[in-house]
Amino acid sequence: MKVGVPFLVACLASGVACRSQDTNLHLPKRIEAGSAFSVLCEGTGKGTLYIVGPSEFIKREIQLGEATSFPAGALFNAGRYSVWLDSAGSSAAGSIDVVPVSKASDLTFIAKPSRLQVALRDGITGTAYVFDAYGNLITEQMEVSFELSNPTAGTQIRRVQTRNGVAWTQLDSTPREGKDQFVARIGDIFSKRVVFQVPGEPCSLKMSATPSGGKIQLVTEPVRDCSGNVVPDGTVVTFTELNRDTKSTVDVPLKKGVAMVEMPANRGATISVASGVVLGNQIRWEQ
Amino acid sequence: MTGRLLSVSLAGATVVLVVIGTIWPSKSAAAYASGEQFTGSASTPEAAVRIVGEQIRAQAWDAAYSRLANKAEFTEDEFRSDLTSAYPDLRTYATLSSFEVQPLHASNTDAEVRFKMQWSTVVGPSRDTRDLHVVKSDGKWQVEWPIQKAPVVPPQVIPVNYLRWDVINRTAGDDWGAQDVEAPHVRIVDMHPLQRAEGLVLMGEVINEDVIPAYVSVTATLLSKDQKPIGTEGSFDQISHQLLPKQITPFLIRFPNVSLSDVESVRMTPFSTLISASADPVIEIENERLNPAPDASLTGQLTNQSGQIANVAHVLGTFYDQSGQVVWVGDEYVDHALLPQTPVSFNIHIPEDLARKISSERAVVATYSFGGAD
Repeated sequence: MKVGVPFLVACLASGVACRSQDTNLHLPKRIEAGSAFSVLCEGTGKGTLYIVGPSEFIKREIQLGEATSFPAGALFNAGRYSVWLDSAGSSAAGSIDVVPVSKASDLTFIAKPSRLQVALRDGITGTAYVFDAYGNLITEQMEVSFELSNPTAGTQIRRVQTRNGVAWTQLDSTPREGKDQFVARIGDIFSKRVVFQVPGEPCSLKMSATPSGGKIQLVTEPVRDCSGNVVPDGTVVTFTELNRDTKSTVDVPLKKGVAMVEMPANRGATISVASGVVLGNQIRWEQ
Repeated sequence: MTGRLLSVSLAGATVVLVVIGTIWPSKSAAAYASGEQFTGSASTPEAAVRIVGEQIRAQAWDAAYSRLANKAEFTEDEFRSDLTSAYPDLRTYATLSSFEVQPLHASNTDAEVRFKMQWSTVVGPSRDTRDLHVVKSDGKWQVEWPIQKAPVVPPQVIPVNYLRWDVINRTAGDDWGAQDVEAPHVRIVDMHPLQRAEGLVLMGEVINEDVIPAYVSVTATLLSKDQKPIGTEGSFDQISHQLLPKQITPFLIRFPNVSLSDVESVRMTPFSTLISASADPVIEIENERLNPAPDASLTGQLTNQSGQIANVAHVLGTFYDQSGQVVWVGDEYVDHALLPQTPVSFNIHIPEDLARKISSERAVVATYSFGGAD
């Protein structure tokens, strides 16, 4: 023990495997996370075995000269583990590499954005991280399939090899609005996200006017973007009536696809309609 | 010994001050105490208006009402509602902070007096001017109050296709890769600095380019020639914070005591976040008119086209020059609730030196409803 503790501290400090002159330590060089393994220390008598690794620490009293078994699940965090043996008058050290299980068990999928306009090139980004059953990032190359499906515009599929555990892709948004399913898949493991494709700017804005009592009733035609999608309810349409040196304006949200409002009926007034930075038609009221 | 002397002196001084305050009270204290000071008879038309003004300031409604010459034309409740609103709005929680009395015309039996009231509201001062007719009867002057009875909305059912957005955000228990709802996409479409006597002003417009409502604000940081920040300010309330899809708001940011010549560049930071919102009420802005200097202003009327009462309305005016560049942003809070189909006037002041440059304007209204969804 007099030799062991300074030896262990020195090994920890240097970060390299140390080996004593008179004790041999037989370790597996590499095991899969969670698998069972055994350690054999030559010699006679008793000793203490230390295994120190990422987020795990094991201390076991062992009999030298006999194999010591560790059950499945003993070491499950991937990484390099340092092993030290401390026995009366002698010490030994080595290391074990714990690698991720080669079978994917979990997929973390980041899809951005969650909402975007239709018909945008490379507008959607998907990134997948592949993990084993113990949450270790699998760094071996694997194929991930990205699928973006729209009920009306079919499915776009990209197959991408992971690099250092990560696969990513870019996809176009479709010309049709709707909630697209964006799926990342590896084997029978998949993760699903929803990408909401929304209409773009109103493309043609057209209103009509009819007399309504002492006022004018103004109604737009259903407002659509340039791909023919109906612009969503709530979008503000601004009606402006210019009458000599006065003006009347009203911001009306679309409801059921159209905007409707009543404004003062002034002979000779000019009425225009706009939504955001898009201008519609003009009407001159002569009644 | 010294301590005892001090305590006796303090007690004596207190008694003396109480006696002085009781015998010769200040005007406002007497008004609050309903003292004799403002209940005596008025010897001039201006004095009659002043007495009523002090009673309004002291919220002594019954005393003010009892002094009016035309009280048979309306009840005390109607008089009070005329001044403090029948529906909850900015005036409901306001107090009369000061008033001015200006004689316009006088004869032996009657007079015209302008009564300018300044109310203190939660969003700043609000002014109200009434031209009062004052008459002499039985040797004393009495005010005829020009009652403006609160409009009454007839009982009715107003159908509304209620449109509303609610937001469900990700929770703490979600996986780190789980997506959240995207913040609304907003864009600054115009920005212009202006040097004023009180400092630097930044003005511009922001559009909500998204299909969902957004809560927006704009922050600006001024950078000096060596790229060091001079100061950071936000638009505070000179912006319409809630923007429906494709809606545009002006904004104005003030940097007091900063000179434009010290500024090399400006870093603008628009902020947007998701909010639950409603598309109603819809407010029409009627008869907008640019009035030239002197007293340059933008006037008009707001008409609530929906069924929901808007308790507070904030009108923001964007003023453009001939080339379409923003030259000023002004605003006014309307201190009366907007009832359905009931026009309420507004008046946005325009600085005299800028009025000549203005050739067009655009007004937007932000509304707030008490106790409602939004």
